[in-house]
Amino acid sequence: MFKRFIYLEWKAFTRSASFATNLALKILMGFVAIYFILVFLALGVGAFYFLRKMNLDPIVTVNKFMIYYILMDLIIRFMLQKIPVMNIRPLLIFPIKKSTIVHFSLGKTILSFFNLLHGFFLLPFSIVLIVEGYDVVSVLLWFTAMFSLVYINNFLNVILSNKDNLFAISVGFFAVLGGLHYYGFFNITDYTAPFFDAIFNSYWAFAIPVFVLIALYYFTFQYFKNDLYLDAGLNSKLDIAKTEELTWLNQFGTIGTFLKNDIKLIKRNKRSKTTVGLSVMFLFYGFLFFTNGIEAYNNPVMHIFAGIFVSGGFLITFGQFVPSWDSAYYQLMMTQNIPYKGYLSSKWWLMVIATIVTTIIASFYLYFGLQVYLTIIVGAIYNIGVNSHLVLLGGAYTKTPIDLSSGKGAFGDKKAFNIKTMLISIPQLVLPVLLYWVGSTLVNANVGLVLVASVGVLGFALKDRAFTLIEKIYKSEKYATIAAYKQKG
Amino acid sequence: MIQVNNLSKTYNGTTVLKIDYLEIKKGESLGLVGNNGAGKTTFFSLLLDLIQPSTGNIINNEVQVNTSENWKPFTASFLDESFLIGYLTPEEYFYFIGDLRGQNKADVDALLAKHEEFFNGEILKNKKYLRDLSKGNQKKVGIIATLIGNPEVIILDEPFANLDPTTVNRLKKVIKELSENPNITILVSSHDLQHTVEVCDRIVALNKGELVKDIKTSEETLQELETFFAV
Repeated sequence: MFKRFIYLEWKAFTRSASFATNLALKILMGFVAIYFILVFLALGVGAFYFLRKMNLDPIVTVNKFMIYYILMDLIIRFMLQKIPVMNIRPLLIFPIKKSTIVHFSLGKTILSFFNLLHGFFLLPFSIVLIVEGYDVVSVLLWFTAMFSLVYINNFLNVILSNKDNLFAISVGFFAVLGGLHYYGFFNITDYTAPFFDAIFNSYWAFAIPVFVLIALYYFTFQYFKNDLYLDAGLNSKLDIAKTEELTWLNQFGTIGTFLKNDIKLIKRNKRSKTTVGLSVMFLFYGFLFFTNGIEAYNNPVMHIFAGIFVSGGFLITFGQFVPSWDSAYYQLMMTQNIPYKGYLSSKWWLMVIATIVTTIIASFYLYFGLQVYLTIIVGAIYNIGVNSHLVLLGGAYTKTPIDLSSGKGAFGDKKAFNIKTMLISIPQLVLPVLLYWVGSTLVNANVGLVLVASVGVLGFALKDRAFTLIEKIYKSEKYATIAAYKQKG
Repeated sequence: MIQVNNLSKTYNGTTVLKIDYLEIKKGESLGLVGNNGAGKTTFFSLLLDLIQPSTGNIINNEVQVNTSENWKPFTASFLDESFLIGYLTPEEYFYFIGDLRGQNKADVDALLAKHEEFFNGEILKNKKYLRDLSKGNQKKVGIIATLIGNPEVIILDEPFANLDPTTVNRLKKVIKELSENPNITILVSSHDLQHTVEVCDRIVALNKGELVKDIKTSEETLQELETFFAV
C-alpha cells in the first residue's frame, strides 16, 4: 500500500505547477538549494573551529544556544511548513485502513525539507566532534537527541496546525526571551543549557527527548486517526462572516469602492495576513544596520538601503503581486465596467498609507539619532514617489495566480520570477543607493538625502504618466493574464 | 443587438468554435444547448472578451467587443464561481457590484428584496463568506448579481446546474420575467433541453463548435431537440 502512496506522491511532486516551470528556473532553483546546503555544511564544519578560535568550548556554546535554535526552527515551521493532512480526502473512501493513511501522512512529514535541512548542520558538526576526539557514544547520543528535538518540532507543528496566531505568539515569545537575555534581565539558557549538557555528558538524558518524541508521535497519530472525518479533522475551518460596510470610504468614489474591497482582502485571507506580518518584520530589519551588529552594513550608503526597506516592507511585499491578489476573480473584474485608474489608485493609496504608517511607527529609530530617522523618512519619500510605481509596473508582468487561503508562498513565489519583473525591481534599491553615494561623496550626507528625496518627489509628480503606462500594459496583457490565472496550483 | 461574424477559435490547430453568422435581436431570449465540448462556454468567453477570437468578431450593441470596452456598462454575466469574490459576504459582494455599476445601496437592497424568495433564506445575513457557501448557493448569488444595474444583455452559463428543484423553478420564473422585457436580451446555456425550451424563445444548438440548429421555440421544439441529441 505504501508503494502506491509513494507513487501518488511522486506524481504530485513532478506534476506540481511550480515544478513544471522552465529549465532555466529549475537550474536556478537547484543552485539556490545547493547554496543553502553549502551554507549549512559550512556552518556545521566551521562552527566548531570558529568557536574554539574564540576560546569558547564548542559543545558547551552550542548547547547554550540550542534552545534558540530549536525555538527558531519551530517559528519557521509555524510560518512555512505545510501540513499534508488535507491531501488525504480522496483516500478515505477506498479500502485502506485509517491507521495506514495516518501513518503515511505523518511519515511523509519526516522527509520534509524542514527536517532534513538540520542534518546539514548537525551531521558535519557531530563528525567534527568525533574527529576532534570527543567520546563517540556521547556524540552519537547527542546527535540522536538533537534530531529527536527537531522531530518533536515537526509533530508539534503538525498537531498545532489549525491554531490561529501561533506564529505571532511564538515570535513574540522568542523576541521577549531574546530581549531579556540581551539586556541581562533573565537568561533562559541558564536553565536550558544544563539539560543539553546533560544529554552530552550522561548516557541516559538523551532518552528524554527520544521518549517525548515517541509519545508525541503516538498522540498525534491517535489525534488524527480519531479525527479522520470530513466534518472533524479534515474540515477546513469556517469563519464567521461579518458584513462590513466601511461607509466612510464612500466619499472617495471609485477608489473607495476598491479600497473597501482591498481592506477586506487583507483582513480575511491567510496569504495577505502573512504578507502583512512579513512587512512588520521588515520594520525591524534596520536594527541590523544601525546597531553596528554587522560591520559590513554599518556605512552610510547601506543606511539608505535600510531606509527603503524599513518603510517599504508592505509596499514591496504587497505591491509586487498587484493584480495577482485579485487573480481568483479576475474574470469578473474584466467583465465589469472597471476603470483601471481607480483600481490602480486604490492599491497605490493602500501602499502609500501603509508606508506613512510604517514610517511613523519607525520613529523608534530616533533612538539611533536624528540622522538615522531622516534616512528612513527619505526612504519613505522615495518609496512613495518612485517605488510604488515600480512595484505596480513589475506586478503588471507577474502572472502568478495567488491562493489567498494559503500562507505559503508569501516568501517569494518561485513562479513569480521573471526577467522583466526583476529588471524593473533593480532601480527600487540600486538607484537610491547610487544617488545617495554620489551626493554624499561629492558634497555631504545631507545632500545625498536631498538627492534621493527629490527623485522621490519627481516620481510623485509623474504619477499620472506612470499609471497610464501601467494601464496600457494591463490592457495588452489582458488575455495572457486571464489564461494564466485560470491555471490553479 | 448581438451580431456574430465569421467567428472562430482555434487552439493548437483544433477548431473549437466556428460560427459564420448569428444575429440575436434585442429582447430575444436565446438558449444555447449542446454536449460537453460543444463550444458554449467558449462562445460566451469570446462574447465577454475573455479570450481572443482566431478570426471574425462579435458586435454587441454596435460595439465590437475585442476592440472597445464600451459593451461593459450594459452587459452582465455569470459564467462560473470565478466571478465571485470568495472573501466577501453575499451582501458585500452585491454592494461591490452595485458600486461598479453605479447603483447605490438602496437600489441594490430593493433588488435583493425583490428576489428574497429566490434566495430561500440561505444567502443573506447568514454570517458566511462566499467561499464557504455551497455550490448551489454560490450560483444563486452570481445569478442575482447579474441583475444589478439594469443590464440590457444578460449572459448566464449553465444557470440551472447545481440548483435544487425548487430553485430551478424559481429561476425559470425569473428568466421568463426578464425575457418579457423588450429591452433585455438574455443568453442562457444549458445541458437541460427541457429547462431551456421552457424559458427561451429561440434555441441554438452547437455541436463540436458548429451551429447545427437554430429554431424558434414552439410546441415541437423539445421533441425535435430530443431527437437530435438522442443516442
